[in-house]
Amino acid sequence: MASHGNNDIENLKATELTLRPPGSDMPEKPTTMATKCNKRPIPDSDDESCRSRMDETEEMERKILAPPPKAQVVGWPPVRAYRMNSFRGRKSDDAEENAAKYVKVSMDGAPYLRKLDLKVYKGYEELRGALQAMFKCFSSVGMEGSDEYEYAITYEDKDGDWMLVGDVPWEMFISSCKRMRIMKGTEARGLSSCA
Amino acid sequence: MNSKRKKELVGEDNRPNDNRISSLPDEVLECVLIFLKSHKDRNAVSLVCKDWYHAERWSRTHVFIGNCYSISPEMVVRRFPNIRSLTLKGKPRFYDFNLVPPNWGADIHSWLVVFASAYPSLEELRLKRMTVTDDSLEFLARAFHGFKSLSLVSCDGFSTNGLASIAAYCRNLTELDIQESGVDDLGGSWLSCFPDSFTSLESLNFANLHSEVNFDALERLVARCKSLEVLKVNKHVTLEQLRRLLIKAPQLTELGTGSFSQDLKLRSYTELESAFSNCKDLHTVSGLWVVSSMYLPAIYPACSNLTFLNLSYVALLSTDLAKLLLNCPLLRRLWILDTVEDKGLEAVASSCPMLEELRVFPADPFDQEAVLEGGGGGGVTESGFVSLSEGCRNLHYVLFFCRQMTNEAVATVVRNCPNFTHFRLCIMNMAQPDYLTNEPMDEAFGAVVKTCKRLRRLAVSGLLTDRAFEYIGAYAKNLETLSVAFAGSSDRGMQYVLHGCPKLRKLEIRDSPFGNEALLSGIERYESMRSLWMSACNVTMSGCRVLAREMPRLNVEVIKEDGNDDVAAEKVYVYRSVAGPRSDAPHFVLTL
Repeated sequence: MASHGNNDIENLKATELTLRPPGSDMPEKPTTMATKCNKRPIPDSDDESCRSRMDETEEMERKILAPPPKAQVVGWPPVRAYRMNSFRGRKSDDAEENAAKYVKVSMDGAPYLRKLDLKVYKGYEELRGALQAMFKCFSSVGMEGSDEYEYAITYEDKDGDWMLVGDVPWEMFISSCKRMRIMKGTEARGLSSCA
Repeated sequence: MNSKRKKELVGEDNRPNDNRISSLPDEVLECVLIFLKSHKDRNAVSLVCKDWYHAERWSRTHVFIGNCYSISPEMVVRRFPNIRSLTLKGKPRFYDFNLVPPNWGADIHSWLVVFASAYPSLEELRLKRMTVTDDSLEFLARAFHGFKSLSLVSCDGFSTNGLASIAAYCRNLTELDIQESGVDDLGGSWLSCFPDSFTSLESLNFANLHSEVNFDALERLVARCKSLEVLKVNKHVTLEQLRRLLIKAPQLTELGTGSFSQDLKLRSYTELESAFSNCKDLHTVSGLWVVSSMYLPAIYPACSNLTFLNLSYVALLSTDLAKLLLNCPLLRRLWILDTVEDKGLEAVASSCPMLEELRVFPADPFDQEAVLEGGGGGGVTESGFVSLSEGCRNLHYVLFFCRQMTNEAVATVVRNCPNFTHFRLCIMNMAQPDYLTNEPMDEAFGAVVKTCKRLRRLAVSGLLTDRAFEYIGAYAKNLETLSVAFAGSSDRGMQYVLHGCPKLRKLEIRDSPFGNEALLSGIERYESMRSLWMSACNVTMSGCRVLAREMPRLNVEVIKEDGNDDVAAEKVYVYRSVAGPRSDAPHFVLTL
């Protein structure tokens, strides 16, 4: 079999863990971000800065950031670079990761409920923003700029208990939330003042 | 405006009529030849006799050049005076996998300059793996006033500024397709450069661009281009935006959607579904990107006439795929990711009996942890492959990425589907044997070539000895393209192929133990082939020099990268050419 002398050196360098972002001050062969992690697809806004760098390095070799058990060989498997850009892989045993997580959201006083895919949001900020947008038409007092205790966003967890949204890490919230309820008025004040 | 043909008297005898092959006057012959579209037929016609050669060259309007360095633009212009459409292919295919250094060549500009004076009425340019700069795009837009159709597949070198030139200056544009091209994406404003008076667009594909285009401009463009049939947007387009576009263009035949994830601005699910159901003429759907299971059914009403479904950008699970396929009874071509796994392939087998082409791409090609013993790493396996073949008997094209395969499974597959013309199997772990018997995969490919008599394209993988190539040389009599990686045991392997496959046109080999003897055993073959690529094999500079010396009408090029010694020829590209050695070769390409 033909030797890969050169490739080994390149592979070693490319699999070095560094703190700088991929593509910056790399003279020839930058590492790729495309398949570095098996996370679920990140919403689009995050991708743009990655993308423009990816385009620049489109013609250059791509290697994984994390050290693999075997050295990567250039161009193998023969998968086109643009295919790796468009999609972030994930392991099949994390099949749940990419499935949507829809929960019902009710708001006191609103005539009907809505459904939200929690996976779409990166954190509590975005969720709050989405809820405001969804239920804007129902609140006589706008949620922005008003007394923050006017409304409380609560959720029912796996144990059946009603909890205030925001206490636990986001990932934990997503996995335990069964449905949500936007409470208003005294009921809300009662909950929050206990914290 | 056609150049008028003057009766060719130079070098021709004035023969009496009954000595001519046909008694038709030349003008009539030309009128007949106009109906010949296939370039292979036209090439055959031009060989009949001088009269036919001239009649053919005057009547040809489309020229196909499979290797841009096999001929010069000046020669093309001299032979064909009336060209309206040009198809050009540039870099060797392994460029796609980073085996060819950037700046290798295949720049379109010199062609455009020559064509600008010779063919001012040029209407169509279809390029593959060419380098195209923004300057070239601007030049094109300004030099060819009736220009209509631009297709750039797997090209690079340009930015969205170049697209802006095309949009702004090509008043008669009907097609703009930049699929799979590496574009320097500087923003989406290029789309807004189409003037308000511009209405001729029939096909627009910008699915590979990353930045957002102005949606209002897009919506207005779609609304005023009543002949629009192909629309492939990028993933920034939301479901609500897509709905609005579909309302404006129910006549679409090919649709590339934006992201199919939940969009809170969507008016309602039923309205989305209704927009899709208006599109009765859709035969091709692609895109989807990120799909929310709850929204995918909205597309079902548009699927009844679908013949091509490209799901290779979306990580679908088998359950969603199965439900979707139930709505696509006429499907002939399907591209998917291996996230659907074997269960997904079983769904394909049961729902798509008319399927002719299947491509399964790996979602995670570099996932080392998926190297496995007997399954469980995700992706598709030999078992899914067999199930597929049991349900889809009309398969003739397969591209299959997997991590495990057996000889027996492949033999079963081709027994079920003997009509393969394109068989591309990629076992992703290099040189991996049959995982059950631990034997080489020779018998698998032996079965393929013995059974599939019409096979034209073959890509092999897994652990292979010379025996696999012996089979190929003995049986693959219609083979035109062969791709080899990490395979073979000695020079004999390559020799079997070169001596045994009479129709071979393209041979690309990497990381295989074939040396000078193998290279030179094909010395008689290369002039009848388009090209040969060999990288990381055992070929040396002296072997290449011998080839170059013996065959002056071949360009024997060696790519020399830093650190290579002077003996080994790491990357060799050999191709026939009537244009002589390249005049634009970069420093790292040596023509021997």
